[in-house]
Amino acid sequence: MSIATATFDTTGPEAGARSEDYLWTLNFGPQHPATHTTLRLVLKLDGERVVDAMPEMGYLHSGFEKIGEHLTFNQYVTVTDRMNYISPMANNVAWHHAIETLLGIQLTPRCTYIRTIIAELARISDHLLSNGAVGLDTGAFTFFLYGFYQREVIYDIFETLCGARFTNSYTRVGGVSQDFTPLVIEKIRAFIRTFPKTLNDMERLLTRNRIFVDRTKGVGVLTKEEAINASATGPVARASGVTRDLRKDEPYLAYADLDFQVCCASAGDCYSRYLVRMQEMRESLKLVAQALENLPAGDVNVSIDQRVAGPTKQQVYSSIEGTISHFELSMANRGFEVPHEESYAAIEAPNGELGFYVVGDGSENAYRARCRPPSVLHFALFPQLIRGHTLSDVVAVLGSLNIIAAELDR
Amino acid sequence: MPFTPPPVDDVLAGLADRFGTLDVSVYRGQTRVVVPADMSFDALAWLKERGFDLLVDVTCVDYLEYQDAKHRYGLVYLLASTATNQRLTVRVFVDDPDPTVKSAVPLWAGANWLEREVWDLFGIRFTGHPDLRRLVMPEEFTAHPLRKDYPLQGRGERHNFPVITRDHS
Repeated sequence: MSIATATFDTTGPEAGARSEDYLWTLNFGPQHPATHTTLRLVLKLDGERVVDAMPEMGYLHSGFEKIGEHLTFNQYVTVTDRMNYISPMANNVAWHHAIETLLGIQLTPRCTYIRTIIAELARISDHLLSNGAVGLDTGAFTFFLYGFYQREVIYDIFETLCGARFTNSYTRVGGVSQDFTPLVIEKIRAFIRTFPKTLNDMERLLTRNRIFVDRTKGVGVLTKEEAINASATGPVARASGVTRDLRKDEPYLAYADLDFQVCCASAGDCYSRYLVRMQEMRESLKLVAQALENLPAGDVNVSIDQRVAGPTKQQVYSSIEGTISHFELSMANRGFEVPHEESYAAIEAPNGELGFYVVGDGSENAYRARCRPPSVLHFALFPQLIRGHTLSDVVAVLGSLNIIAAELDR
Repeated sequence: MPFTPPPVDDVLAGLADRFGTLDVSVYRGQTRVVVPADMSFDALAWLKERGFDLLVDVTCVDYLEYQDAKHRYGLVYLLASTATNQRLTVRVFVDDPDPTVKSAVPLWAGANWLEREVWDLFGIRFTGHPDLRRLVMPEEFTAHPLRKDYPLQGRGERHNFPVITRDHS
């Protein structure tokens, strides 16, 4: 069935070719500013009302999973950056979380805290953009700029941390590429101090704004049963009353030690998804503050005896273990001991459950590196959310789902 | 300590009662159960009844070059329970020349696109799927690129793309 000849299910007594004649087909995307990313929708319109929608994806498919079978565990982290250009740090953490689950590596306490901090900063930067985009698409440009300014501050923290603003590639098997420096900690502390003010400003701009509320309340309603049945996760599911949050339900990294709340709403509409994201930013900020003030001392990477994390220059030049470890990790026929096994590990990424199903075959490359992308399952929800609403609601619903095309198509 | 999900022993016992002895293995706290392809739908339906209401993922692994592999394709259904946080991985093995398995779309709406993706990239056919079209590759594409016998750089499809000029568009 080609998309041009697709028949749309217009349920009703007069459904049929003849009664559909007055319907109008509109092609939305793949190059359209309001899709924000490269995706396409074919909308069937009755005047201004959307009768049905057909989402189409694949315009950005780059075979990331195939590439994952040909790159080593540490190389592939660069590809996970490109999978999600809104919160790349979270993807880095997810990928190496999966690899460490497969290899059975236990991280140092300092590393778990550092990863928690950067994952939560990534969540804030994702929610700033996704909520900002909802605001932008419904006419609130100032709100978007407020959010983008704070994203810039987070970029600056990441740049200080690892040298890259955007595609960070920060994590490594068994550790991270750079330890926190006093300057990074100072910048994160400054962010914790200043961000609540912006967040309050943003809430005052939009949360009770009549125009915004009218545009989003009651639009794109997803019930709890539908959300579970359609495998929705993350803020999209939590806005529908699903209380699942992997940070609480399957505590990984340092989340078991930290105090935070899972943010839920029950209405399941665009406005609830906006509220959940706004509230999650506050919780993330709490998490960052707690983790930063309780940051354990000690090594950031696992011990060099385990032969997984690269030793420091100091260790290579001054100890025999460091030299051996450096040598073994850089030789093609040495390196990690990878079991002939497969495992799945997921984190609560900003967008939902982001997991990797990794199959090990003894070599340093994954035999299969499946990414469980939350965006695909959310994009599949789109037709049922938009049916019956008007054309102008398309952007509100699309923005509230926070579809990231690179992750969608991989 | 890494988190270990709640045990699923009672579910496995019930599954064995209903479907006969199944191959169960545990790795890093994750329980996997192998279900024969002809029973996969019934087993998934039974598990959904027993509280595994969230279909986390459907994917596939091509074991063509894998050491000691007995089957070509291994489907992976990752299930979870939103009430108890239990997790269970259901494995279904299928083989050439006709890798077919019954679609899980009647059970979970979320299976729709996930199965389309598996069909697209591995060529596993899901019977009873309402709309089994390619998901990420173009419709006219003929191969299934995540199979292990498909080369990384493709088979020249990119070079043979028709070039559309302005006059002929």
